[in-house]
Amino acid sequence: MTTPTTTSTFDLGTSFPGKVSPDPRPGYSGWIVNKDDLVALATALRDEHGFDYLSSVTGVDYFPDNILEVVYNLYKTTGGPGLLFKVQLPRQDPVEVASLVGIFPGAELQEREIWDLYGIRFTGHPDLRRIFMWESFDGHPLRKDWHEAYFEDEAKPFKSRWPEGKFSLAEAKNIYEDNIAYPAGFDPEAQSYDSEKALYESLKVYQKDEIGLDTDHIVVNLGPQHPSTHGVFRIAVVLDGETIVSLKPVMGYLHRNHEKIGERNTFLMNMPYTDRLDYLSSMSNNFGYALAVEKLMNVQPTERAEYIRVMMAEMTRIANHLMAIGALLNDLGTYFTPMLYALEERELLLDIFEAVSGSRMMCNYFRFGGVARDLPEGVLEKIKDLFFERLPRQIDEIDRFLTENEIIRSRGIGQGVLTAADAIRFSAAGPLLRASGIPYDVRRAEPYGIYDRFEFDVCVRQNGDIYDRLMIRFDEIRQSMRIVQQAVKQIPVGPVLSVKPAYQVRVPAGEVYSRVEGPKGELGFYLISNGKPNPWRYHVRAPSFINLTAFGPMCVGHKVADVVAVLGSIDIVLGEVDR
Amino acid sequence: MEQSEFNSPGYSIPPEMQAQVSITTLDRIYNWGRRASVWPLMFGLACCAIEMICTAASRYDLARFGMEIMRPSPRQSDLMIVSGTVTKKMVPTIVRLYNQMPEPKYVLAMGACASGGGPFKEGYNVISGVDKYIPVDVYVPGCPPTPQALLNGLIKIQEKISGESIKKARWYQKGPDQAEIAIPMLGPDLIDPRKIDLIKTNGNKA
Amino acid sequence: MNDMYGKGIVKGLSVSLKRFVQTYLDDLRWIGKRYRTDEGIAHRSSKDARGIFTVQYPEEKLPVPEEFRFVPFLVYDRGENGEQNLRCTSCGICSKVCPPQCIWIVRSTDPSTGRPVPDPAEFFVDVDICMNCGLCAEFCPFDAIKMDHDYELASFGRNVFNKQKLAKPVSYYESVRPANAARENAARAAKEAARTARTE
Repeated sequence: MTTPTTTSTFDLGTSFPGKVSPDPRPGYSGWIVNKDDLVALATALRDEHGFDYLSSVTGVDYFPDNILEVVYNLYKTTGGPGLLFKVQLPRQDPVEVASLVGIFPGAELQEREIWDLYGIRFTGHPDLRRIFMWESFDGHPLRKDWHEAYFEDEAKPFKSRWPEGKFSLAEAKNIYEDNIAYPAGFDPEAQSYDSEKALYESLKVYQKDEIGLDTDHIVVNLGPQHPSTHGVFRIAVVLDGETIVSLKPVMGYLHRNHEKIGERNTFLMNMPYTDRLDYLSSMSNNFGYALAVEKLMNVQPTERAEYIRVMMAEMTRIANHLMAIGALLNDLGTYFTPMLYALEERELLLDIFEAVSGSRMMCNYFRFGGVARDLPEGVLEKIKDLFFERLPRQIDEIDRFLTENEIIRSRGIGQGVLTAADAIRFSAAGPLLRASGIPYDVRRAEPYGIYDRFEFDVCVRQNGDIYDRLMIRFDEIRQSMRIVQQAVKQIPVGPVLSVKPAYQVRVPAGEVYSRVEGPKGELGFYLISNGKPNPWRYHVRAPSFINLTAFGPMCVGHKVADVVAVLGSIDIVLGEVDR
Repeated sequence: MEQSEFNSPGYSIPPEMQAQVSITTLDRIYNWGRRASVWPLMFGLACCAIEMICTAASRYDLARFGMEIMRPSPRQSDLMIVSGTVTKKMVPTIVRLYNQMPEPKYVLAMGACASGGGPFKEGYNVISGVDKYIPVDVYVPGCPPTPQALLNGLIKIQEKISGESIKKARWYQKGPDQAEIAIPMLGPDLIDPRKIDLIKTNGNKA
Repeated sequence: MNDMYGKGIVKGLSVSLKRFVQTYLDDLRWIGKRYRTDEGIAHRSSKDARGIFTVQYPEEKLPVPEEFRFVPFLVYDRGENGEQNLRCTSCGICSKVCPPQCIWIVRSTDPSTGRPVPDPAEFFVDVDICMNCGLCAEFCPFDAIKMDHDYELASFGRNVFNKQKLAKPVSYYESVRPANAARENAARAAKEAARTARTE
């Protein structure tokens, strides 16, 4: 088994003397960069040293030390371990740092998230507005000294539940009977609130068409309640007739405060919450989180658990892609029939998940050191039946059903093109990146688990249009089937948990950034532990969220009807986008 | 679920009250028509929406109950299945949609999050249950409830519809046409217009 | 591009037609025993399923596997006089490990001495918060709280379960989770045997 490292062998200190210093805290890897040298350093890393892919930008609040940090992760698209560096800022308002959007446009949405949740202002950002909360919201919620109205205790388990566990609803303690609090002296009728003004101002950034008649442009909102937006997602477009001139995605309608709740949970308690991130592929999220914590704890899973993990992760990939294919075909107008065929196969896979873990979707199956319990009787036979007999036949049938269909070809080929260079600049990941011609797959670039033992190909398509993004999902399903067929033959007998099952795990202090190839892209977990039972910082690098950076540029110039198809081909899940 | 079990008087009717028997039969037909073709609003918020889609898919067919037509427009739907976590940013939209639904309308809170906040109840952007803003008829617990559990909940809605009577229906009485709910506003935190007095008195305290 | 424009559409429609025809041919072959029977349900959810795939709830209920977890329940053993002896000792591990903290336990105290007694005085599970994760059942050291299979819990009001509603007999537990119950009974018997062997 390979244990990948988070830091690259690339030594920043020798290339940029005087501007960086290694992070001195115990358990921490990475480099601390001076605030003023950030932009020059990033440009040099991209142009001279080949680190062209900005994977994640995140913020951390070190409240007792009075520091706010911004942490950057860079990778090379040719593969290999990455580079982690950070900028430390004093925790007095206004907290400002230079924005990297000019160098890596993929940082756009992530820097808005840090502004929203931490209050760190990025100078030079083209459109710095709140992204999850609404404009007039009071405060920056992820700061450690910001407490919500239902605040009980800094960390779980709460003392009010046992032994004097008098039952009371949380609503009974708050005068408004909900998790709502207003600033002191607030008068609700004093002013009217318009959260939309900033959004509509930012939409006005486009080129007015000088030829022909002088026409008006109309602003249309698609969503948040819309049959095809894959959840509560809103798109604000400016239309010239039917052509899109400017597009802005609006999210936050499902912002469930996963990261703040994650900081209050213990490490084990976070496992069922990771199921609800990308709720179509829960085993994959579990896998990423278990790997991150195991790296911190320095614990290896058993052999049998590794094989079970790979099988479950690949089955999740197939289930997710089936849903994605069904939803994309639904968006293209086939009105539910192909989705029914795809969902039929998915239901059989969910039956296996139910038999193994207990729940169809929220599996909560992985533990630190292996998996929660062994495969029950007969499940391995069912998997063999499905993967050697039924699924290859049915996938070929769905393929035959639709890929030569003239309507899908004419709506898909050449529409919604994302070029390879753009895909890297916008930090696209997963099938979106590979359909544009970049063969980057975390299972090959930085192998985790036992993926280096299996033979599979990295699927790539060259054109980057909607049709390619549909076909690459069929390719990936076939490769996943190959992996499961090999795993089922090679799986050994043995224990499934390498440590004793414990609900209070000891995680030494340190930071880790660990990533897996989720079905939607690179799913990363950034964890900081300070030795206590609860994590200090828990951040999810969500692929759907960052893939949306490319959404606006992909759609400009197309018709409104194509917006829906492009969104379906990016394949987003709101649980991940909004966390 | 026999139709004859519902709305049968259960006793023999004296001749002077025969006029009311026709109302009972009319009730049965009226309710049968309404419960056999409830049209849900296509409104999925989060993970529970996926189970709702699976319920509408071929394995647990919703079309057998007459509910396969999920209308995207609230003007044409009877039942709002609130499936998923209700966040403060989304509440104004949900209330607006509820107001736009024509009567008779029903709300089913699917899942733990819509019933009572769910596992995310302590979140600063999460509402502890959609019944804080719109009236809910049936609660289906689970996270997510399996499609069979959701079907059980929908059968309960059908039972509720069968228990209603034209004489007592709100939409045939005198009074205002619609029971509209005031739409919350997004200020420094969510502002419920029904609680403005409470906010003012509470804010003026020290 | 192709020889005939529309060939792809026709190919797709032929797939639908094949499924349509297969459903009715299978209906004939099974001669009426296909629906509302256990073999029919099992066939329609196996790898040979083709044609119609529907499991018609509520007349046909798809059986849930043993590991299925919905809401928790408390296990009680039957005492000599038929009273319910809850296995729960109110140690509080389940409420400490529950991720959304939806379990409230009041430990009972002996009225005369005031010392804690291993029995819960009150035990509440707020099912409107429970996320069905199963961690409470996984980490209970006394096999006292287990995950239920009953999913028909829709109601007209909020759902908060108290001790009475949560308590179910051991016979029910062994009927829904036979393999798990057998394994735990064997482990408990082995521990008993080891303890008696040591005291002898």
